[in-house]
Amino acid sequence: MAHFITTPAPHVHSGDSVRRNMLLVILALMPAYVVSVLEFGIGALITAAVSVAACVLIEWLISRFLLKESGKSIGDLSAALTGLLLAFNLPSSIDWWIVVLGALIAIGVGKMSFGGLGQNPFNPALVGRVFLLISFPQQMTTWPVANGFETSYVDAQTGATPLYYLKQLIGLSNGSEAVDTANALPSLWDSLMGAMGGSLGEVCALALIIGGIFLIAMRVITWHIPVAIIATVALFAACVSWFGGVPNEAISTGSFVAYELLTGGLMLGAFFMATDYVTSPMTAWGKIIFGIGIGIIMMVIRLLGNYPEGMSFAILIMNACVPLLNKFRPQRFGEKRK
Amino acid sequence: MKKLESTFLNMVLSLVLIAVVAAAGLAGIYSLTKEKIDDQQNQKRQAAIREVVLPNAEATVEIQITSDTIREEENGKQWVIHNIHQDGQFIGAAVETSGTGFGGEQKLMIGFNPEGEIINYTVLEHQETPGLGDKISNWFKTEKGNQDIRGRKGGELLVKQDGGDVDAITAATISSRAFLKAIREAHSAFKEDEVQEVTGTSQLKNQPAEPAAEATTETTTGATQINETEVSHE
Amino acid sequence: MSNGLKTLTNGLLKENPTFVLVLGMCPTLATTTSAINGMSMGLATMFVLVCSNIVISLLKNLIPDKVRIPAFIVVIATFVTIVQLAMQAYLPSIYEVLGLFIPLIVVNCIVLGRAEAFAAKNSVGLSALDGIGMGLGFTLALTLLGACREILGSGKIFSIGTFEGFQIFPNNFAALIFVLAPGAFIALAYLMAIMNKLQKK
Repeated sequence: MAHFITTPAPHVHSGDSVRRNMLLVILALMPAYVVSVLEFGIGALITAAVSVAACVLIEWLISRFLLKESGKSIGDLSAALTGLLLAFNLPSSIDWWIVVLGALIAIGVGKMSFGGLGQNPFNPALVGRVFLLISFPQQMTTWPVANGFETSYVDAQTGATPLYYLKQLIGLSNGSEAVDTANALPSLWDSLMGAMGGSLGEVCALALIIGGIFLIAMRVITWHIPVAIIATVALFAACVSWFGGVPNEAISTGSFVAYELLTGGLMLGAFFMATDYVTSPMTAWGKIIFGIGIGIIMMVIRLLGNYPEGMSFAILIMNACVPLLNKFRPQRFGEKRK
Repeated sequence: MKKLESTFLNMVLSLVLIAVVAAAGLAGIYSLTKEKIDDQQNQKRQAAIREVVLPNAEATVEIQITSDTIREEENGKQWVIHNIHQDGQFIGAAVETSGTGFGGEQKLMIGFNPEGEIINYTVLEHQETPGLGDKISNWFKTEKGNQDIRGRKGGELLVKQDGGDVDAITAATISSRAFLKAIREAHSAFKEDEVQEVTGTSQLKNQPAEPAAEATTETTTGATQINETEVSHE
Repeated sequence: MSNGLKTLTNGLLKENPTFVLVLGMCPTLATTTSAINGMSMGLATMFVLVCSNIVISLLKNLIPDKVRIPAFIVVIATFVTIVQLAMQAYLPSIYEVLGLFIPLIVVNCIVLGRAEAFAAKNSVGLSALDGIGMGLGFTLALTLLGACREILGSGKIFSIGTFEGFQIFPNNFAALIFVLAPGAFIALAYLMAIMNKLQKK
């Protein structure tokens, strides 16, 4: 913890370091993006381009004409990163106007309404995504099927995500129905590599883990939040399986835990969304509690909720707790802890 | 007029006075509106049953709702069946059924004609996702593709994903599947009930012998249940 | 009579119960899923507000200070129950939508607040005007909020029961979130911001 410097919120960085960190995060997202372009084809390119362009443009317009500032803040790349993360959270086949609306909400409501970078209590990209998910549930949960690295880009086929089948397994008793449902899941290898339905950037767990480790190695983020989230989810899923929440004959505890970890938005959220500087706690313990909270809320939503995926809701809910977590065991400068 | 002092007597007197006047006023209003309110609630229950059994009939067409029975399974699941007669002739039944959808329990009322074909249905209560699963309210009575289930035999309905021929709601297969399962169960409950009607046994096969008295009380339970579900649904 | 006019218009803008005083948020957020629903809630509250203001102003000298709150609540609750029974009997389709929130008018801060802050100190005439002004302000705010949410959330306006209302833009471009709970908060926040901006000028 020695390398930690804690200061009271809000954190304002000098322009340079914001730009460098944003650039590194964008770089870390690239492996996952490459996989998603290979999987979903041209749709992934268009969605991401529209999203990034819309976010940057909207931020410029708002800061120039509504807030009467210079409009130079777009140079720090944070709007571009928000746009990229928003695109990562959308199905690749989604209509362009929905993406633009999401960008408007993410930047306009999620970020600029609170005063711009450093002031927003909630992760802007997730504000945009959740707004779209609740507003256009059908378009937002119609996933194109990943083509498994085939070169011919015929999409139009849609399918369910693995989480959808996992949710069905909950509460099923052992029997042929449970076995059929379990068989409908993609293989664990496909889940790791990203050959399955899902949002544009969330499918390839391996690429996201590589990107996350890169960020930790570059000291852009610390390990606390991702590790806390992943450990909590693993433990939670294991307990559910042990106590008979899923039919154990159809799916073993090990593979149930692995599916919960590798599918949905977990890796993307744990490494790239929850660790957003502005909206995560500053102390190490705060971060760990933040991560545990996200893990628990996400699993509860996944298992019992009305929507198949709870990662974005979980992160937003815990975002709201950040001011409280920042008060948890604050360390005064020069003071020795008892 | 001077303001009253806060003495014990004054406080008691003024509160009692206000309470008595308020109570009297309310009692008056209550008796004025009671009949009207009862009438409205009765109409609502009638309307739900009419909607599923006689969707196109004028409100003036008289029907008799008789022998509401509850079939119960061991796990507590139950079906309320309202048999409908018009001019002494059996024209169908409205069956209350339920299923477990994506977000929780779905409560439905399904109208069957004597051949067991679905006349219409209405969703009494549900917890499905807004914009996705909550489309069950209209999806299966919209003439489009292969999604309309009206006029079909209730026992044969399966979504395409399960090898049937009914179009499931886009991106809400679980809700659709639960919905159709509830209808199949309602259909078999209706069939069994009908068999008993024809053979003249008032009792249910798999229930312990507690004949006539039970049946009549259930008639009223069934009726109140509709009221409750309808009210909470709206 | 300028005093009366001032009292009447006070509630409309300067002390608008929703946008300025931020009172009675429960019905404001919960019942404004459409313009008609918002307006019905506003009118029901206005009726209670006017009646209770008049009665409390009449009784203000009869009610000892120490028991004034229970006395006010009994008066308010009486009128709320009257509204509830009347609505149930004569406007069942609106009652089904607002049902739960009608009894809650009893604890709506606007009603008790005006009884305590205005009616208990002023003449009957002024109290009635205050009730009308505040009630109208509340009704206008709820109708406006309901209209915004209905247009954004379903693309149409003034729909009620089986009447479909007027379609403004196609339904599939409508953001469903606005007719759900989170949309209430978002829409209210932006309406307040716009109101503040306009009034500062």
